[in-house]
Amino acid sequence: MSSHTTEPYLPVFVGENLAKLEALFPKYPTRMALLLPALWIVQEARGWVSEGGIHEVADRLGLTPAYVRGVITFYTMYHTHPVGRHFIQVCTTSPCNICGAEAVAQALLEQTGCGELGATSPDGRFTVMEVECLGACGFATPLLIGDDFIEGVTAEGVPALLARYP
Amino acid sequence: MGYPHPIHPKETPLLSTHFGDAGARSYEGWVARGGYVALQQALGMTPEQVVDEVKASGLRGRGGAGFPTGLKWSFMPKNDGKPHYLCCNADESEPGTFKDREIIRWTPHALIEGCVIAALAIRAEVSYIYIRGEYTEPYRILQTAVDEAYAAGALGANAFGSGKRLDVIIHRGAGAYICGEETALMNSLEGRRGNPRIKPPFPAVAGLFGFPTTINNVETLAAVPHILNRGGAWYAGLMLGNPKSTGTKLISVCGHIQRPGTYEITLGLPMKELIYDACGGMLPGRTLKAVIPGGSSVPIMTPEEVESCVTDYEGIAAAGSLLGSGGMIVMDDSTDIVYQIMRLARFYAHESCAQCTNCREGTGWTTRILERIVRGEGKAADLDLLLDLADNMTGKTICVLSDSCATPVVSGIQKFRADFEAYLSGARAPVLVGV
Repeated sequence: MSSHTTEPYLPVFVGENLAKLEALFPKYPTRMALLLPALWIVQEARGWVSEGGIHEVADRLGLTPAYVRGVITFYTMYHTHPVGRHFIQVCTTSPCNICGAEAVAQALLEQTGCGELGATSPDGRFTVMEVECLGACGFATPLLIGDDFIEGVTAEGVPALLARYP
Repeated sequence: MGYPHPIHPKETPLLSTHFGDAGARSYEGWVARGGYVALQQALGMTPEQVVDEVKASGLRGRGGAGFPTGLKWSFMPKNDGKPHYLCCNADESEPGTFKDREIIRWTPHALIEGCVIAALAIRAEVSYIYIRGEYTEPYRILQTAVDEAYAAGALGANAFGSGKRLDVIIHRGAGAYICGEETALMNSLEGRRGNPRIKPPFPAVAGLFGFPTTINNVETLAAVPHILNRGGAWYAGLMLGNPKSTGTKLISVCGHIQRPGTYEITLGLPMKELIYDACGGMLPGRTLKAVIPGGSSVPIMTPEEVESCVTDYEGIAAAGSLLGSGGMIVMDDSTDIVYQIMRLARFYAHESCAQCTNCREGTGWTTRILERIVRGEGKAADLDLLLDLADNMTGKTICVLSDSCATPVVSGIQKFRADFEAYLSGARAPVLVGV
């Protein structure tokens, strides 16, 4: 269990979340194959995957926490620490880059108060990450804000966009 | 966004016929548009008959490699008594490529139908669709479509009353470009880090969960119902250039272009007609500097190479590049090509799984050298050093991510050397790297 807090860890896999996980078992021949889906369920419930979450997933799937940690760190979309209420991923790969994506990223960093990539704004509202190719290259610049996929963002349009995410 | 764009006369809508038509998304809507007829036909055919029809069509893999689809299916064992799996690669992540997304968003049932026809052809009951984690909206649309298909009896233990089991399971990725490599995709689906596997064994022998597996791209599978509906011979007749390049291809065009978007062309269309007619050409007052025609992993083309190039597998290869995924990045004369090659190298360095030394070290050092060049700190020997590194990164690793990083560097230095030398000589002002 987590060594960073004295709060007891409240399990994610109870009620509806447990039902979601159990519905997945018949779809795969191994329990290990449920690892990515199980981590998604934890992150959707808590906003990130804590040490407690890692242990809980490992217990459920018959894996070791070290193994789960090794898999989590391979993928960029799982958060191993708390992030802002609105997690912003901005694409700055070449096709978007030549259409002004770095200016959009800069505007996001300044206007959210995050200051630097990966940081959370002091009010806890935003975290901004630069990501590689979101697969919407014709509609530069694309962003993901939480699960919202937004296309055609310009540096000038950033203030109005952020206002939609209180 | 991006749809509906008016179909241009140079396009051949087949897979894209219903792009922009939200009514095509539902099961009933898809059936009303002729959907699931091909599947019901396939349920009455032998696996060999389905494979033969697809072989006759000349369909080649649309994910990038261009391998003949029917031949790939025929590698699957027969009467081996093991479970077989069909994997659909919906991990579209190659910079410049955004075509599969449109198929999933507008015609999810076309993909489901293609998946299960392929499953029948390879004697599989289960199809897994591995979709990249960032495709949140396409994932929701696809999951809704799968649920509808089960409710309608098109999928499940007794698909269309045939007595055959056909399951489709959607599996979300979690952010890793390398999971678009087929063996990395299988590892990721199994709950592992997305490290590519050494081949052989090939997936048809030992793939997902150790069992015979076929992995096909979204666009490849979405073409299959059309081939069954109208016949392999009809599909093979769709070509304007080389008879080895048949059918239609979705080309997603982005960058400095009047009308970016996903265009469907008959293979063999001159590249000029795609860029200047269908896409409306350059932005006002600009001229073409370079084109990366098949996703960021293929060699960069000069305007002269574009001039006479035919858009099909052989035509683009003859012009010194590759059709790849059909992700076309257009760059005009405002582009700092050295900076953009640095960004591409940084992409590959970020996405390297770090298993192979040549890739882990090569992508990192290539990025650092390119960064120092644009910072104005490059050395005269840097271009030779980059080419030497690229040589050590090509053909020496488990997968081709390393080669993909080397490709834009080598073609960039060969074709745009003056741009690099301008930085090295100080003729071009250094720029701040990154955000």
